Amino acid sequence: MSKEEENFQKNDNFKLTMIPGSFVKMMRTCILWQFIRFMVLNIKMLVVVSKSH
Amino acid sequence: MARLVVLGGGVSGHTAATFAAKWLGKEHEVVVVTPNSKWNWIPSNIWVGVGQMKKEEVVFELAPVYKKAGITYKQAKAISLNPEGSAKSNTPFVTIQYTQKGRVGESEDLEYDYLINATGPKLNFDATPGLGDGNGQMGNNTVSVCTAEHAVHASSELQKCIEKMKKGERQKFLVGTGHGTCTCQGAAFEYIFNIEHELKKAGVRDMADIKWISNESFLGDFGMGGLHMKVAGYVVSSKLFAESIYAERNVEWIIGAHTSKVESGKIEYELLDGTKGEESFDFAMLLPPFSGVGLKAYAPDGSDITEKIFAANGFMKVDAKYDAGDYENWKASDWPRTYQNPTYKNLFAVGIAFAPPHLMSKPMQSPNGTAINPTPPRTGMPSGIIGKAVAHSICDLILKGKDAHLHDASMAEMGAACVASAGKGLFTGTAAAMTVYPVVPDYEKYPGTGRDTDYTFGEVGLAGHWIKHILHHMFIYKAKLKPGWALIPE
Ligand SMILES: Cc1cc2nc3c(=O)[nH]c(=O)nc-3n(C[C@H](O)[C@H](O)[C@H](O)COP(=O)(O)OP(=O)(O)OC[C@H]3O[C@@H](n4cnc5c(N)ncnc54)[C@H](O)[C@@H]3O)c2cc1C
Repeated sequence: MSKEEENFQKNDNFKLTMIPGSFVKMMRTCILWQFIRFMVLNIKMLVVVSKSH
Repeated sequence: MARLVVLGGGVSGHTAATFAAKWLGKEHEVVVVTPNSKWNWIPSNIWVGVGQMKKEEVVFELAPVYKKAGITYKQAKAISLNPEGSAKSNTPFVTIQYTQKGRVGESEDLEYDYLINATGPKLNFDATPGLGDGNGQMGNNTVSVCTAEHAVHASSELQKCIEKMKKGERQKFLVGTGHGTCTCQGAAFEYIFNIEHELKKAGVRDMADIKWISNESFLGDFGMGGLHMKVAGYVVSSKLFAESIYAERNVEWIIGAHTSKVESGKIEYELLDGTKGEESFDFAMLLPPFSGVGLKAYAPDGSDITEKIFAANGFMKVDAKYDAGDYENWKASDWPRTYQNPTYKNLFAVGIAFAPPHLMSKPMQSPNGTAINPTPPRTGMPSGIIGKAVAHSICDLILKGKDAHLHDASMAEMGAACVASAGKGLFTGTAAAMTVYPVVPDYEKYPGTGRDTDYTFGEVGLAGHWIKHILHHMFIYKAKLKPGWALIPE
C-alpha cells in the first residue's frame, strides 16, 4: 500500500473521495511540468479575462 | 464641472476612481472618501497570517497615489446620503466623518453629481455571540485574516501554537465560517491549507489536528453553488475536487454548520439536520458574516428613507430583480447589469456594496429555521470589472450627456479567475488555480452545470502559486498607478 492511501483510513469522509498518488503529487511541484502548466494556465485565464471585459 | 464621489477606496472603489480620473481629466473632479490611509491587497493577507509576508508588503499609502492621479482624497467614512439634498438646497450630498489624524470626528456635507458606493462589507463579528467583542470589532476568542492588522495578529497566535507543538503539546486548529450566512469561503480555504503547509515546514504537522467548519452544504460550494470542471475526460463537481484536497492533507471537515456561539477554546454549532454540537480548539480563524456598512439615507425634510435605497442587509439596491421569488424561479438575468440605483439615477453601487438579488447556492435551513447557506461571493476580479464599467458609464453620462448608454457588467456574463493558495514557497508552494465562467450559473444557456465547462477549470500545483505571487505584485503595481497600469486587466 502506498503512503498516500493511508489517509483513506483516517476519517470516514476521506474514504468516499479520491486521493492523488505519488506521481500526481510529484508532478505538482515538478519544475519543468509546472512551467508548461504555468504557460497553459496563463493562456486559459487570459481567455476568461478577455471574455469578461 | 461635475463631481463624482466614490465611497470606499478598496478593490472596486479604487478601480472606479482611478479610471474615472483618467477618463474625465482635469475638467471634472473625482473625490474618494475612505476611512483607511492605506490600500490593502487583501488576498495576500493570507500570507501575512502565516508569517510569510510582512504587513508592509500588502499595503501602501493612498495619499501620494491619489495626488498623482489628481483625485481629491478625504480620509473619512460616509455616514449618510441625502440624495435629494436638504431643505435649503436640492443638490444631493453625502455626510462624511473624518478619520484622518487631527480631524477625527469632524464632519462635512459633501455635494455630488454622481456617487459610487464601494464601501465593501462590514465585518459583522457581533452576529455570532463571542465572535465579536460586542462593539463591532473582533473578539478575543478567535483570529481573522480579513484585514492586514488582523492577519498580523493571527500570525503571532499561530507562532505561539507552533512553539507549543515544538515543546510536545498537541494543538487543534479550527478554520472556516463563524456564522450560517458567511461568504468568502475561498479565503478560509486558503488559510487552512497555508497553516497546514507551514506546520509541515516547521516539522510539527503530526502534533496538529486541523478541522474545517463551514456553512456550505457540500465542500467546494464556495458560495457559488459549486462548479463543474473537466478533469481527465470527466466533468466533475468541485465537491470531489475539494474533498480530495482535504483528504490528501488530512484535514477533517464539518459542513452545513451555523456557528452559534464562540467561547474561549470552544464553539457551539447547529447543523442542517437540526442537531447541535461543540468543537474545541486551541487556534481558530472563523470568518464573520458580511453586511452593508450601515449607511443611512434621508429625505430633504429629514425623514429616514434608508429602506428606499438599501436592502435589509445594508447593501445598496441596484438594477437587480429583487422579487425573483423561490429558488426554482431564479434566473441569471436577475443579476444586475449597470449597478444603477432604480430610484436615484446618479447613485451606483459596485463590488460587495451592491445588494445581490438572491443567493447563488441553494437556500437551506435547519428544521429549527436557522438559515445555513453561503451568501454570494463578489471576489476581486468581478469587483474590479464592475468598478471599471460603472466608472465608464458615469464618465459617459458626464461627457456625452444624461442619455448616454450605460455599460454592462453582469456577473452572469463574466468569468472570474481565482487562485487559492495552498502553501507558499517558490519551489514547494501550491495553489488551486481556478476559473469559472460565468460567475453566476446560467442554466438556460448552459443546461446541466450552468457554466461553460470549456472555460471553467481547476488544477492544483506550483504553477498556481507562481501565478498567485505574480498577481500580488501586478495588482499592487496597478493600484499604485505605475506606468502602463491601465493596461493590466482587473
Ligand atoms: C482574507 C481574504 C482573502 C481574499 N482573497 C481573494 C482572492 O484570492 N481573490 C479574489 O478575487 N478575492 C479575494 N478576496 C475577496 C476580495 O478581497 C473582495 O472581493 C474585494 O476586496 C471586494 O472589493 P470591494 O471594493 O467591494 O471591497 P473592499 O476591497 O473591502 O473595499 C471597501 C472599502 O470601503 C471602505 N469603507 C468601509 N466603510 C466605509 C464608509 N462608511 N465610507 C467610506 N468608505 C468605507 C473600506 O475601508 C475599504 O477601503 C479575499 C477576501 C478576504 C477577506
